Amino acid sequence: MSDVAKTLDCSGLLCPMPVVKTKKAMAEIQIGEILEMISTDPGSMPDMEAWARQTKHELVDAKDEGGKYTFLIKKTH
Amino acid sequence: MEEKRKKLAIIATKGTLDWAYPPLILATAAGAMDWDVGIFFTFYGLPLLNKKLNAKVTPTGNPAMPMRMPFGPEGFQNINWPIPNMIMNNMPFFENMATGLMEKTFKNKGVASVEELRDMAVELDVRMIGCQMTMDVFGFKKEDFIEQAEIGGAATFLEYAADSTICLYI
Repeated sequence: MSDVAKTLDCSGLLCPMPVVKTKKAMAEIQIGEILEMISTDPGSMPDMEAWARQTKHELVDAKDEGGKYTFLIKKTH
Repeated sequence: MEEKRKKLAIIATKGTLDWAYPPLILATAAGAMDWDVGIFFTFYGLPLLNKKLNAKVTPTGNPAMPMRMPFGPEGFQNINWPIPNMIMNNMPFFENMATGLMEKTFKNKGVASVEELRDMAVELDVRMIGCQMTMDVFGFKKEDFIEQAEIGGAATFLEYAADSTICLYI
C-alpha cells in the first residue's frame, strides 16, 4: 500500500511484544500516517483490536493470511 | 469531556522466573496502551529490581508446570516429562536445569526475556516501587537495584493504587 509510512515486522514475537513495539513505532510516524505491522502471533489479532480501542488509533485493516497477520493502523493523535 | 487516563497498579510478590512474567507482561502491555502503570515489588518479588537478574524456576511443589525439552523434533518437544518430585528434590542443580530449559523454550517460542521486558517497562515509564520493609528484613540495598526503582512502603503503594482502574496482586 502506497500510503504506509512505516512497516514494523513482529514475526516470531509473542505477547506482549507486538503491542509494545507497535506503540514505539507509532511515535516515529506523523498524525494521519499509517503504520503497517506484521505478526505471526495469533493472539495479536484480538490484542491489536483492543490496543487500537484503548489508544484511540484507527485500525484501518486487519488481515489474517493463514498464520501471518497484517495490520494497518492510522495515527489519529 | 476528555476520558480519564486508565491506571494499572500491580503488587509483584514472586521472584521466580515463571512468576516474574505476569506483572511485567501486563505492565508493558498497559504501558503500550498509554495507561499509567505502577508495580510494587514486595517480599520475593523484590529481587526483580536487582540490576543483575537471577530469576530461577523449579518444578518442585509446582505440579502444573510442564517439563518440556527445548530441542529436537516437535513431537519430542511436546512431551511432558513426568519427573517424580522425589527425583527432582534429590538431584543437585535440578533447579538450574529446569531454569535453563524454560529460558531456552521461551526464547525459541519468541517470548521476551525478563530483562527485556523490564527494560521495556522502564522505557514505558512504568513506576517501580521497591518495598522498604522487605529490604530491611532481607538485607537488600538500593544500590543493587536499577536506578529507576524508587523505595516506598504500603502507604506509598496504596496512595498510588487508590484511583487505579485495575489493581492486581500477583
